[in-house]
Amino acid sequence: MVRVIITYDRIRVEEKALQRAGESLGADVRLIDVKDSFIDITKGEVNPEVLKGDVVIQRCVGHFRSLYLTAILESVGVPVINPFYATLICGDKLLTTLALRRAGVPTPKTIVAFTRDGALKALEEVGYPAILKPVVGSWGRLVSLIKDVETAKVVLEHRELLHPLYQIFYVQEFIKKPDRDIRCFVVGEEAIAAIYRYAAPGEWRSNTALGGRAVKMEMNDELREVSIKAAKAVGAHVVGVDCLESERGLLVHELNSVTEFRNAAPATGVDIAKKIMEYAIKLAKK
Amino acid sequence: MKVKCPDCEGEIKVPDDAIAGEIVSCPDCGQEYEVYFEDGKLKLKQAETVKEDWGE
Repeated sequence: MVRVIITYDRIRVEEKALQRAGESLGADVRLIDVKDSFIDITKGEVNPEVLKGDVVIQRCVGHFRSLYLTAILESVGVPVINPFYATLICGDKLLTTLALRRAGVPTPKTIVAFTRDGALKALEEVGYPAILKPVVGSWGRLVSLIKDVETAKVVLEHRELLHPLYQIFYVQEFIKKPDRDIRCFVVGEEAIAAIYRYAAPGEWRSNTALGGRAVKMEMNDELREVSIKAAKAVGAHVVGVDCLESERGLLVHELNSVTEFRNAAPATGVDIAKKIMEYAIKLAKK
Repeated sequence: MKVKCPDCEGEIKVPDDAIAGEIVSCPDCGQEYEVYFEDGKLKLKQAETVKEDWGE
């Protein structure tokens, strides 16, 4: 029997759905809270004992917990969904853009700067309104739509008071999208489902964490192609690919390595948890 | 099962199949708690608040 370990730090709908899916497929699924665990990284074997499994699905909501725990598990030969490098790249918008560009995946125009003055020039170059994003962060947090230079100066002043990571200024063109973006779920080499995410009233960001609404989207060849290519570009097994509709076609702006699907599964009718679990079991048997 | 809120002593309902790490909140004061087990006994501790690197 395949033993699938699901590591978590906070139980969400997704982790429970994965557990149920695994059990229905006849796997021995163990949900392990790793928050308070302590791990001897010089032992050269999986420890603590509870983390011993044929495959691990990494579901920590804390990105850095997720990243370092994956490094530890991979170092002793455990296959992890997702791999360390995929998690590292997906967790950083700048590294994601670099990987996508190298793989020929279309992205919004992006300019990076390292100082306030550099950022002002970058914004000027991209043109207002522009978007300023932290390189690390999720759920739309601190993603700012900057409409003019006055607002830019205020936001940059605030940024200077934060951790040095927030002084990596990632400036992106604002795509005049219909008030929605697209999330496409890729498992292995297959795009399994897609949703439109409509921004909540009074909100320009379409993240479902900010009240965005999920509506089923019929996948087309273009979406399948860019999404699978994007997943490959970062080496992810299971990933949520976020795309924007533009005059230049679909542009990929973000990848999510611990993707949430509680809204997408009912909207699309696709059993996303089951698809992920089937893939995990296949990976364990390899 | 029912557990007393550590803050306001309100009555918190915890599902019987609760898993360690599950979040419950007090209907009276709104405080969020995380379920954990010690010596097989279900207990509550203050839930972690959202951190900068949280997300998907």
